[in-house]
Amino acid sequence: MICESWKTKLDVYLDGEMPSEETRALDIHVHSCPSCAADVLGRVQMKRSIQAAGKRFAPTSEFRRRVRMSIAQKPHRSFGLTWTLAAALSLVVVASSLSTYMGIQRTRGEQAYSEIADQHVAALAGSSPVDVVSTDRHTVKPWFQGKIPFAFDLPELQNSDFSLLGGRMTYLGQTPGAHLIYAVRKHEISVFVFQEAALGRRWSDSFTAQKKLSFNVATWSQAGLRYFVIGDASAVDIDSLARLFKAAS
Amino acid sequence: MNVSGADLQLDSFEDLAMPLFDQLYNFAHWLTRNREEAEDLVQETYAKALKGFGSFRLGSNFRAWMYRILRNTFLTSRTGLKVTMTVPLDAEEDGPELAVEHDTPETLLLERLNHDVLQNAIDDLPVYFREILLLCEVEEMSYQEISEALSLPIGTVMSRLSRARRSLRNRVQPRLQETTGVRGSREQP
Repeated sequence: MICESWKTKLDVYLDGEMPSEETRALDIHVHSCPSCAADVLGRVQMKRSIQAAGKRFAPTSEFRRRVRMSIAQKPHRSFGLTWTLAAALSLVVVASSLSTYMGIQRTRGEQAYSEIADQHVAALAGSSPVDVVSTDRHTVKPWFQGKIPFAFDLPELQNSDFSLLGGRMTYLGQTPGAHLIYAVRKHEISVFVFQEAALGRRWSDSFTAQKKLSFNVATWSQAGLRYFVIGDASAVDIDSLARLFKAAS
Repeated sequence: MNVSGADLQLDSFEDLAMPLFDQLYNFAHWLTRNREEAEDLVQETYAKALKGFGSFRLGSNFRAWMYRILRNTFLTSRTGLKVTMTVPLDAEEDGPELAVEHDTPETLLLERLNHDVLQNAIDDLPVYFREILLLCEVEEMSYQEISEALSLPIGTVMSRLSRARRSLRNRVQPRLQETTGVRGSREQP
């Protein structure tokens, strides 16, 4: 009779749904009753067999993907569209950056020309435009020794309309350089020489004089040096002096 | 913020629902006995669950909630309606379960149990036995979870489960006896 009362509860016992006190009592009984122990074993095996047999069907990966897509919180953009948008965005960014960069470069270029022009005007406006007054290039060139971290050659001016007035130290963007002043007829022309690398920016060479701030300017790079020739003289004169410097270097 | 709250909720649904995908599909296939119908059933279940997720009470049993949606969807499907027409309005209050006799060693029978025989026997069960047996034995749901999934009182869960097991044993045993030669008629139909 005791066994019969327990046997009706064996499934609840094995399902883990029996109150703890009753579970303990049944534990004790099962350990001492071969009949109930065999019954428990049989039911446990049946449970395991049902569990194994019940795991029978598996969904396809395609179906899983379909359902996942259907419940995804946001529509996934297609790979191609995503990359197209990314590429378009990149182009906009690049174009914008390039435009900004060019704008900055242009602005910085204008500022540099403006500084060059300022120095040219300031030097001429002063009571002593040059620190070394000499028409002899062999006097002026040595004067810069120890004052600037580079050496350069001055052109031979014989058989030209140009005459050397002298030279002075100058700075462009905290970079030391040489400032030479030449005269051609009634005009003064400044020649600036700096170390190209020290200027920290790239310049566009213009071997023929361009109009900048009402001055004619020519600039070029040679042997690691950046030359500026600026003045209110004609473009032809500016170009001529520039050619003389190029030939000298 | 409403938007982020909604996003969070939707994220939560996917996170909660997808781990149940395999077992829900398995259960759906057992109910429908057909792959296409099972897929339709699961798809519809997920769609309904997503739609109704706002009404899901956080802290309650999400798995049982999903199974309840799946089962209700099945019962209102054509296959489900056909099945429910055969469900007897049986009295859930059964008498005490007949004990498993030990004069025929069931352990020996089960050791020889053929996997296919058991699967076929489960498949032959009426759907109301099949579903409760699978939820208990395969999904290892507690009686409380089964009660929530099937919308049944716990007492009914216990009695129906007991009868489902007995029914399964009754179906399995003759087949095993055929193969093992073991005689026994321990259970009453």
